[in-house]
Amino acid sequence: MSPPLLGVGEEEGRGNVTLMASSSSLDSLCRNSYELKERNYMGLSDCSSVDSSVVSAVADETKSSSLNVKATELRLGLPGSPSPERDPEHCLPSSTQLDEKPLFPLHPLNDGHYSSTQKSVASGSKRGFSDAMDGFSEGKYLANSEVKVMLSPRPSSKLGLKAGSVLENLGTQPANTKEVAPPKIVQERPHAAIEPRASHNGSANSNSCAPATKAQVVGWPPIRSFRKNSLTITSKNNDEVDGKVVPGALFIKVSMDGAPYLRKVDLKNYSAYRDLSSALEKMFSCFTIGQYGSHGTLGREVLSESKLKDLLHGSEYVLTYEDKDGDWMLVGDVPWEMFIGTCKRLRIMKSSDAIGLAPRAVEKCRNRN
Amino acid sequence: MNYFPDEVLEHVFDFLTSHRDRNAVSLVCSLWYRVERFSRQRVFIGNCYAISPEKLITRFPGLKSLTLKGKPHFADFNLVPYDWGGYVQPWIEALAKSRIGLEELRLKRMVVSDDSLELLSRSFANFKTLVLVSCEGFTTDGLAAIAANCRFLRELDLQENEIDDHSGHWLSCFPDSCTSLTSLNFACLKGEINLASLERLVARSPNLRSLRLNRAVPLETLQKILMRAPLLVDLGTGSYVHDPDSETYNKLKTTILKCKSIRNLSGFLEVAPRCLPAIFPICLNLTSLNLSYAAGIHGSELIKLIRHCAKLQRLWILDCIGDKGLEVVASTCNELQELRVFPSDPFGVGHDAVTENGLVAISIGCPKLHSLLYFCQQMTNAALITVARNCPNFIRFRLCILDPTRPDPVTMKPLDDGFGAIVQSCKLLRRLSLSGLLTDQVFLYIGMYAEQLEMLSVAFAGDSDKGMLYVLNGCKKLRKLEIRDCPFGNMALLSDVGKYETMRSLWMSSCEVTLWGCKTLAKVMPRLNVEIINEHDQMEICAEDGQRVEKMYLYRTLVGPRKDAPEFVWNL
Repeated sequence: MSPPLLGVGEEEGRGNVTLMASSSSLDSLCRNSYELKERNYMGLSDCSSVDSSVVSAVADETKSSSLNVKATELRLGLPGSPSPERDPEHCLPSSTQLDEKPLFPLHPLNDGHYSSTQKSVASGSKRGFSDAMDGFSEGKYLANSEVKVMLSPRPSSKLGLKAGSVLENLGTQPANTKEVAPPKIVQERPHAAIEPRASHNGSANSNSCAPATKAQVVGWPPIRSFRKNSLTITSKNNDEVDGKVVPGALFIKVSMDGAPYLRKVDLKNYSAYRDLSSALEKMFSCFTIGQYGSHGTLGREVLSESKLKDLLHGSEYVLTYEDKDGDWMLVGDVPWEMFIGTCKRLRIMKSSDAIGLAPRAVEKCRNRN
Repeated sequence: MNYFPDEVLEHVFDFLTSHRDRNAVSLVCSLWYRVERFSRQRVFIGNCYAISPEKLITRFPGLKSLTLKGKPHFADFNLVPYDWGGYVQPWIEALAKSRIGLEELRLKRMVVSDDSLELLSRSFANFKTLVLVSCEGFTTDGLAAIAANCRFLRELDLQENEIDDHSGHWLSCFPDSCTSLTSLNFACLKGEINLASLERLVARSPNLRSLRLNRAVPLETLQKILMRAPLLVDLGTGSYVHDPDSETYNKLKTTILKCKSIRNLSGFLEVAPRCLPAIFPICLNLTSLNLSYAAGIHGSELIKLIRHCAKLQRLWILDCIGDKGLEVVASTCNELQELRVFPSDPFGVGHDAVTENGLVAISIGCPKLHSLLYFCQQMTNAALITVARNCPNFIRFRLCILDPTRPDPVTMKPLDDGFGAIVQSCKLLRRLSLSGLLTDQVFLYIGMYAEQLEMLSVAFAGDSDKGMLYVLNGCKKLRKLEIRDCPFGNMALLSDVGKYETMRSLWMSSCEVTLWGCKTLAKVMPRLNVEIINEHDQMEICAEDGQRVEKMYLYRTLVGPRKDAPEFVWNL
């Protein structure tokens, strides 16, 4: 059985990694000198010589083939070729940068890392990434909740900030060679989508971004648009068509015969017919006062809730709804979930208009609640 | 060299079903090339612009079954503009003019017009199978043509296409004489369906084994259909909503008991959870369950359903199942091989969403897992290492952390080591998608360990060109590389230009590659099409070489730059 990968227990989160290769081959790889340390990827303190030779062979092969390719291909013109001004500073990871201290101290060994872990340290006014990481590793970073605040606004801050992000301050983003390019160029190159890489526009903005709004990056998360659209429709239908596109809310129009204007209710706020009808009663009480008053029965008394209930459940009104097929149905026949699923609008109908419904149905309405 | 008559060679080659094997065989010698090409009936073309229809027809005169893929994968995520290309029309025209007796056509991410469908339906007397995945550009009128004219149609399979629905008369276009249907999938249609036609069609299709309905088919019709097709193996319900106390529902319960062959269940596009118990009796037989569109089933109902499905091998689900639900999956579905967890609320905070704990639970309970697509809120290195240890058999590992650059929330470190563990442990890994906070280190691991890797998807990762270099140099079997929003530039792009001829395609968007880099590459490699997509009018003819390129898509081809590229696509 193969040795356990990266003993999780003892190396929580530190992930010892074994990558063994000779320093010399790596030296020749890049113009930069960075030392290779033996890494114990498998979580073992000593690897068998077989493993190490295999691994180093792979590493060597990788490095050397990359070296050869570099030797043959780089002359296509990167260093010293008549290329636009942007290229030399942009494409070449300059040796000075790569010798900087690592920004991701992945391993307990803090000296000498693969150049891959070395990043260009931010210059000047930007808070250096390594500084940020040191802050983290020293446990100076904020408690979880605060960290979340820092992390989540990233998308929103990135989107729309076409020229860059504010990530340095979060200290969780690797800076890259781009940082060393003059700020001007960075700003001229808007990203259509999130710019996760450090840029010179970093400021304290990220912390002031509202954590609640997650901006949407183009094409992220990577879900087929068909599926995304479908889920929107499905959730709409499960709540109701005609609803607003507020996730989880389901507003439908409620009309009352004789009322000068309609109202809207969010069906999601109610879990049963009783709740809905009392809410409607409250909502339309002002109209019924008028109606009632015109009948001269109650005069100018303010209608109490109970009296209103009697009113609505008396012979005056019947609660109906229009379903997906466009038919007007009596509220209350089907289970609540199904009702929510099919109701498009509500109408508080005068009983006299409800003659089309079975008299028994009207009776049902009267006797409900 | 030839010890056997051609017929014997041909007979031997018949046993080779994989197109890769047949490709390899055709390279042995000219004799084998000749025998192979005349006997080949199924051809797979992964990039429709890599070859022309005429060359295809010339080489394989016995072609019966063609699979074509068009747009790059990132087109699925709206990264490719609408009329980029991928038209099937020239293919159908060329095939129609020839003497090819096409019987099967499978298209993915292509633009299909009603005219194409009409031409297809009229040109091939023996046409049997049409499968369209993620395609667009056609309406139900095109489907009507297929239904009306393909007299021996067996399979009509529409998966996740954008179809303009002119409403359900197309179903009525199947003539009464059409009794050959074995598979009908119209779940992606959004409009109404003529239910009576559907019932009659099912009634006269005794060989129907796969049927996936759309939202417009109500439960009553489902019950009637199942009465007629008790031998169904693959069922996709439409709207699964009814009053559980009703007569119809009771009838459905009884009918379902007779459907002992159902192994694949999907749909539930609309669902009343209280009606789910009707399907419990068949759950034990299910090997594949797709609830990824069933947003109406949550929490305890979902878990109750899963508990019945002990033999599941494939499960597609929404993340509202939660970590707790995944623990139930892990304890119930020990045969699970493929798991996909989709986000139910892609832009929301996702209270019910899944985390690393759910994945770890799955890895413990489902050791046979080899394919994973997992959208989650967060992931830790420790969890990935554990998963790598528990499931060394991954062939496809696609992890999408919804916040694209999120580090390990426990250690605040990048996820390099976690993914490194995956590629080191899973020696058969062919497809990998990365997410989360990642540095160049993860690419070093991938280059070193992912020897079988064929497709890699990268977003918001890496620090320098070295990342991309590690992958290009190390992954010898790499065929498709797609990168977005990474700091890889010209040096990485140009370091090994020959590599791209060994690959199908490379996509780079929002990276550091400049116009100069792309032009240089195009000049040096004439057998690559290097296409730049400019959606903004900024890049005109006087575009500076130093300007960064927003989207680049390059692919190997034998037929040079394509002639149907729209204005905003430049072929360098």
